[in-house]
Amino acid sequence: MSVVLAAGGNGFVAPGPADFEFPPVFGFVTKPMLIVVLGAIVIAAFFYAAARNPRLVPGKAQFIGEEIYGFVRNGIARDTIGAKEGMKYVPYLVTLFVFISVLNLTGIIPPILFPANSRIAFPLVLALISWAIFNYIGIRRQGFVGYFKNMMFPPGIPWPVYILLSPIEFLSTVIIRPVTLTLRLTLNMFAGHLVLMLCMFGGAFLLGQGGLLAVASIIPFLFAIVLTFFEGFVQLLQAYVFTLLSALYIAGAESEEH
Amino acid sequence: MITDTVTFLAAGEEPNPLIPHTAELVVGVIAFAILFFFLKKAVYPRFEQTFRDRQETIEGGIKRAQEAQAEAQRLLEQYKAQLAEARTEAAKIRDDARAEGTRIVEELRTEAHEQAQRIIQRGEETLAAERERLVVQLRAEIGDLAVELAERVIGEALADEARRAGTIDRFLSELDATPGRR
Repeated sequence: MSVVLAAGGNGFVAPGPADFEFPPVFGFVTKPMLIVVLGAIVIAAFFYAAARNPRLVPGKAQFIGEEIYGFVRNGIARDTIGAKEGMKYVPYLVTLFVFISVLNLTGIIPPILFPANSRIAFPLVLALISWAIFNYIGIRRQGFVGYFKNMMFPPGIPWPVYILLSPIEFLSTVIIRPVTLTLRLTLNMFAGHLVLMLCMFGGAFLLGQGGLLAVASIIPFLFAIVLTFFEGFVQLLQAYVFTLLSALYIAGAESEEH
Repeated sequence: MITDTVTFLAAGEEPNPLIPHTAELVVGVIAFAILFFFLKKAVYPRFEQTFRDRQETIEGGIKRAQEAQAEAQRLLEQYKAQLAEARTEAAKIRDDARAEGTRIVEELRTEAHEQAQRIIQRGEETLAAERERLVVQLRAEIGDLAVELAERVIGEALADEARRAGTIDRFLSELDATPGRR
């Protein structure tokens, strides 16, 4: 996938998947792992500071913490799952949203500049947790047989349709859901980071050529700046989508009807 | 699933971004789990508590305000009732006083009238008594004067005194009759 462009003897090597692989910093620990650990510590520290000394009229940190918490609590958990049932999943959904947001935003925060969620392992872990939760809830609420019966044989449909519908429903719920959750997040981060790197590397390459090409390097750098803001938007949006879909899956499992 | 980065790079092959690294899976699970339990234990309950406190403060404030308003309304109605009562009472007192005043004036007038009558009567009686006294006194004096006059007249013209004596008697009886007409 490396593309070598002939440019006056020096070759421009476009960034590729190899740029997402890091040598271990120590032992088996690589940069993405450090980012994840650091992100978790930063989140914990911030929220602890925000909630340490709660006031009725909040300070700045408490206000931000409450806003984030309240956004997921009211806007996702209670709206999707229900005002009462949704409260049980607020801790998971808030943590999920904040964790994904931060590990996405590391892609545009200097000096890290690498979205940890472009490493498929992290979204996969989270998707599997969401998958386990909604399946567990479904089986507990509706019984093992009832859960799969409601999933694969929704009532009010002529029976021949089940031949086609039932396998599709099973596949979509049990297998495709976690896969799409994982891939949507991973590849969004992967592609966004790739484009940003392309602009940065390209600009640096042009700057290194000197002359008119060095002047032209302003274009990819400008692109990099604009795309950084765009990436920030995509990163928060993807965190929201992942959390919202998890909540929707849980809501589906909570209610009797499909 | 284990992908050795170093081997990949050394082999000069493109790594597959869709193959997860086992170490990253483990780190991801542990980091998320620790973060989740920490936040669930140390942070979220405080947020919920703060939300509850805030709501209670607001609802308590509203409730207190409503109670105060109801109390004010009750007092206002009570004052209005009292005021109306006082007005009625004042009107009644005024009417009573007016009636009383009229009565007193009437009484005083009657009394004054009676007293005036009494005074007038007493004055008339006094006057009558005085007049009687004067008449008696005058009659005595007139008799004396008449005798004196007669003595003088007799001294000069006794001859036709018999005729004149009748005149004097008539005169005296007339005088007598005058106070009697009263």
